[in-house]
Amino acid sequence: MRKSSRLSRFNIASLALGLAFLYLPILILVIYSFNDSRLVTVWGGWSLRWYREFFNDRAMIEAAWMSLRVAVCSATIAALLGTLAAVALSRGERFRGRTLFSGMLYAPLVMPEVITGLSLLLLFVALNAERGFWTVTIAHTTLTMCFVAVVVQSRLGSLDRSLEEAAMDLGCDPVRAFVAVTLPLIAPAIVAGWMLAFTLSLDDLVIASFTTGPGSATLPIRIYSEVRLGVKPEINAICTLVIALIAVVIVIASLASKLSSSRGESAAPL
Amino acid sequence: MSARRIFARPARFAAIAPYLWMALFFLVPFGFVLKISLSQTAIAQPPYLPVFDLAAGWTALKAAFAALSIDNFKLLVSDELYVFAYVRSLTVAATATALLLLIGYPIAYGMARLPKRWQAVAMVLVIVPFWTSFLIRIYAWINILQHDGLLNQILLALHLVNQPVVWLSTDSAMYLGIVYSYLPFMILPLYATLAKMEPALEEAAADLGAPPLQVFWLVTFPLSLPGVGAGVLLCFIPIVGEFVIPDLLAGSNSLMIGQTLWLEFFTNKDWPVASAAAIVLLIVLLAPLLLYERLQRRQLEKR
Repeated sequence: MRKSSRLSRFNIASLALGLAFLYLPILILVIYSFNDSRLVTVWGGWSLRWYREFFNDRAMIEAAWMSLRVAVCSATIAALLGTLAAVALSRGERFRGRTLFSGMLYAPLVMPEVITGLSLLLLFVALNAERGFWTVTIAHTTLTMCFVAVVVQSRLGSLDRSLEEAAMDLGCDPVRAFVAVTLPLIAPAIVAGWMLAFTLSLDDLVIASFTTGPGSATLPIRIYSEVRLGVKPEINAICTLVIALIAVVIVIASLASKLSSSRGESAAPL
Repeated sequence: MSARRIFARPARFAAIAPYLWMALFFLVPFGFVLKISLSQTAIAQPPYLPVFDLAAGWTALKAAFAALSIDNFKLLVSDELYVFAYVRSLTVAATATALLLLIGYPIAYGMARLPKRWQAVAMVLVIVPFWTSFLIRIYAWINILQHDGLLNQILLALHLVNQPVVWLSTDSAMYLGIVYSYLPFMILPLYATLAKMEPALEEAAADLGAPPLQVFWLVTFPLSLPGVGAGVLLCFIPIVGEFVIPDLLAGSNSLMIGQTLWLEFFTNKDWPVASAAAIVLLIVLLAPLLLYERLQRRQLEKR
C-alpha cells in the first residue's frame, strides 16, 4: 500500500529543522555555561567557575531557595485542588454554576499574565495581606491548578467508566470506588500535573513580580534583573542548573507514569 | 438509580473547594481592578483614592461612589501612547500567530505522518522545551543575537556581512522570540487533529487524480481547522498581553500594552491607570477568550 510513501522528504526536513530550532539555542546556552572566559562569546576552555560563582552569590541562592519552596507548596495545593476540579467536571454530570466553574478554570490558561498578576495584587492589598512567600504561592496555585485540572480531566475522560461502576455494583460506596479504582488509574496524570505545576511556578516572572513583597525575590525575578543589564556567564550557569532540575523532573514524571499505569498507557505530559 | 448518577453526587461536592478558591482568587480580584481603575491616583500607600470603607457608613459610601471617575479611561483613549500600544499589541500578535501557523503546520504535519512509535517520541521532543523555563529560553536567544554573539560570528565568518548586524532591540528579534516560545502551543493542537485524521481520505483524493497540493488544500487543511482554531487562540490571546519577550528582545521606542501596563504600575506607580489598561485589554480579549473557553470545553467534555 501507500504506507511507505506517506512520509515525504518535505515532512522529514520540516521535522528536522523544527526540532533543531527548538533545541539548538538551549544547547548553546548549556555549552557556554562551562566556558572559562568572562566574555560570553569567546571560548576560553571548559571550566566550572561560573557555577562556583553562583554558589557564592548569596542573593541568588536565597532567590533560588524561595522559588523552590514556592514551587513545591503551590504545586502540591494545585495538584489537590486541580484534581478535585477535574473530578467534579468529568464525573459530576450537571450542577448549578458548572459553566462559570469551567470558565474560571479554562480562562487562566490563556489569560495574559499581566492581568492575572495585577488583579491578584490588588486583592492582596485590599485584604491587607503581607506580601511575600504566601501571596506568591497562592498566586501560583491559582494559575497552575487550572493546568492540573486539564491534564487530569483529559485522563478521566479517556478512562473506562464501567470500572468504577463495576466497583459500585460490587458494593463499594462512591467514595470507596473512587479511592480504590479511579484514583490509582489517574495517579500518573496527577503526578504529571504536579510536575507541570512545579515547572510553571519555577518559571513564572510576571505574576511573581506583582504579588511578591520587598526582600523576597524569586529566582526568575533575580535572573530578569540581571539579564536586563546584559549577558553574564553566571546566568548561563544558573539557567543550566534550572534546565537540569527540570530535566530530572520530566524523567521522574515519565517514569512515574510508566510504572503506575497499567497496560503501558502513559499519561500525556500536557 | 444508575451507578453513574450515584457517583455524580459526591463528585459534585469535589467542586466546592476549587470553586471557592477560583472565585476568591480569580473572579473577585477583577472587581478590585475595576474599582481601582475608576479611582484617582494619589501619592500614598497604596497609591490610589478613594478607598471604600464600609465601616464609615452610608454617607461615606455615597461620597466614595461620587468620587469614582472614568478619567483613567478617558486618558487611555485620548493619549496616543496607549492607543498605539493596543494597536501594536494586536498587530504583533496577529503577525506572530500567522508566522507560528506557517512554521508550526509543516512540523505538526510531519509528526502526524511519522510511524506510530516515532510519533510519541516526536511529541515528547516538542513538549520538553515547553517545560523548560520561558525566561531561560529568551535569555538563550540574547546569547546568540547579541552584538558579538554566535549569529554575527557565523555571518562574519561566512562573509555574508562585513560588520556585525544589530539583532537585539529589533522587531525581528522579538518575532523570533515569540515564535520560539509559542511554537509548542501551536504544534500540539495541530498535531492532535492531524493525527486523528483518516489517511484513507487523502489517499482517496490522490487516487481520484488530485495532485498533492490540491489534496492538501481540499482535504487535509479543511479537516484540520479545529486544530488550527485552537492553536491560533492558544497563541494569539497570551501574545497580545506579552511582557517579557518584547521587553527583552524588542526596541524601546514602541511598546506593547503589557509593557505599558508594567511601566505604569512599577515605574510610575500609577495603579489606577494600570488597572484601567488591564480592563481595556480584557475587553479587547473578551471575544477570543470566550471562543477559546468554548473550544476547550467541547474538547474536554465531548463524551
